[in-house]
Amino acid sequence: MNLQDIIVEAEGGQQMLLNMGPQHPSTHGVIRFLVKADGEVISEAIPVVGYLHRGIEKIAESMPYAGFIPFTDRVDYLAAMFCNHAFVTAVEKLLGLEVPRRAEYLRVIADEMNRIASHLIAVGSMAMDIGAYTPFLHGIREREIINDLTEMLCGGRLTYNYMRIGGVSRDLPDGFLKRLKGFLDRFDPGFINEFNRLIGGNEILVRRCAHVATIGADEAMDMGLAGPNLRASGVSWDLRRDMPYSCYPDLEFDVPVGRGFRGSLGDSYDRFMVRILEMSQSARLLRQAIEKLPDGDIQAKAPRKIKPPAGESYGAVESARGELGFYLVSDGGETPLRLKIRTGSFSAMWAIHRKSAGCMLADLVVLLASADIVAPEIDR
Amino acid sequence: MNGEAIYEQLRDRFPDKVSETRGQGPLKCVYVKPEAIEEVLIALRDQETLGFRHLSFISGIDLKEAIEVAYGLISYSLKVLILLKVTLDHENPTVRTVSHIFSAANWHERETFDLFGVKFEGHPDLRRLLLPEDWKGHPLRKDYKEEPFYHEMPTTREPLLGRS
Repeated sequence: MNLQDIIVEAEGGQQMLLNMGPQHPSTHGVIRFLVKADGEVISEAIPVVGYLHRGIEKIAESMPYAGFIPFTDRVDYLAAMFCNHAFVTAVEKLLGLEVPRRAEYLRVIADEMNRIASHLIAVGSMAMDIGAYTPFLHGIREREIINDLTEMLCGGRLTYNYMRIGGVSRDLPDGFLKRLKGFLDRFDPGFINEFNRLIGGNEILVRRCAHVATIGADEAMDMGLAGPNLRASGVSWDLRRDMPYSCYPDLEFDVPVGRGFRGSLGDSYDRFMVRILEMSQSARLLRQAIEKLPDGDIQAKAPRKIKPPAGESYGAVESARGELGFYLVSDGGETPLRLKIRTGSFSAMWAIHRKSAGCMLADLVVLLASADIVAPEIDR
Repeated sequence: MNGEAIYEQLRDRFPDKVSETRGQGPLKCVYVKPEAIEEVLIALRDQETLGFRHLSFISGIDLKEAIEVAYGLISYSLKVLILLKVTLDHENPTVRTVSHIFSAANWHERETFDLFGVKFEGHPDLRRLLLPEDWKGHPLRKDYKEEPFYHEMPTTREPLLGRS
């Protein structure tokens, strides 16, 4: 059945057909829903994705490995560092390359900074979609400092191109750690408490989010959810801890899971709260990484022309939106034979399709915001 | 339990349906007979000692003489990723759907259909996912040739700089 038939069928029945998007303020990017609704109750919200499909997987097949790193930035513009990291991990596994310790620590510092930035947007824009504009500005204000820090680090504020196969592109600039420490001192617990006072415990937000679009643990696993969305449903699974990579085994951190903070386990409020708790864990990780940062090289001796042996590898990192994996197939040439990018938003979007039935129309916006969808990550 | 031990168990349970461990590099795989993919995935998901509850990805691979479909599965209890593959005919790649086993497969299969033209029999809603519905061809196949026009819009453009 194609879209035209779906429209005709809905129009013939008792249901109202509503088009939401592709340009809708709450979709944060170009996503379209065909909503079949009976009054205000949704019977199905069919996502129509692909508006941002740029064929990144196809581009990879015509690119030398090192030249592809800037393209990975465009997979997820709110958390580009993880895309860098996952891709170089996949190539390094294939090459059997040992990355210097200092480079691993710099990667983790960059990653965790990016996670805070991405979660700030997620929780801020979630409040904004519900109708509270101010928390978003508070989030943006803090994120601006992180953007400045990444600009110091690699010159980019959104698309970083920071990591290299075998290391990172630049060492820390002068004064970076001091500024980062200053930010952390203010951020955790100061800012997080302020944010919770401002919006986290706000009665309107709680009422809008608690018990809305509840996803149980079994259902979440079945739908392939990942990252904070999965953990909000009570599944304690974090690639940083459970399939460790980089220097995470050296660092201590907790994995927050949902427990029905204000409503039921796995509801939209849990997804909101898990992200706030994760930000404070990221701050904890950053403090340890600064403390333990070793001296040494930042780049392994990688060949100038990267030509991995024939074989396959899967480089996965815990991105702000969950398991971000690059499945790489090489035939021994200078370009990949196939590169598949597995993203968190892709599975979250499928979950939204499944969970929309029975929701109120206004709750679709809450569900969409709480799942932290980034459109280019779905379409690639 | 590592990947090899799991592949070993699968071979013991499905002796003539699961191949030897193949592949080079850090990630090895086993080939499953296409008609057996459903029962193998059900066994992996439901056996208590394995518990592969997470279908991470489904990906097509065009090897020119054949199309392969790769299934990446993660077990939350064993903390390991395994890779299963089926080999399909290049001209008419067809395999049974697994979307009733892992609902996550629904969109992954739609994407693989869209970009590789693999038909998943029994899929509830096998439409194109990323490309427009009236797009011709499956772009991730190696023999794909882009049509010069799509709805009278050119799909190529002159180079911006004076390169040829």
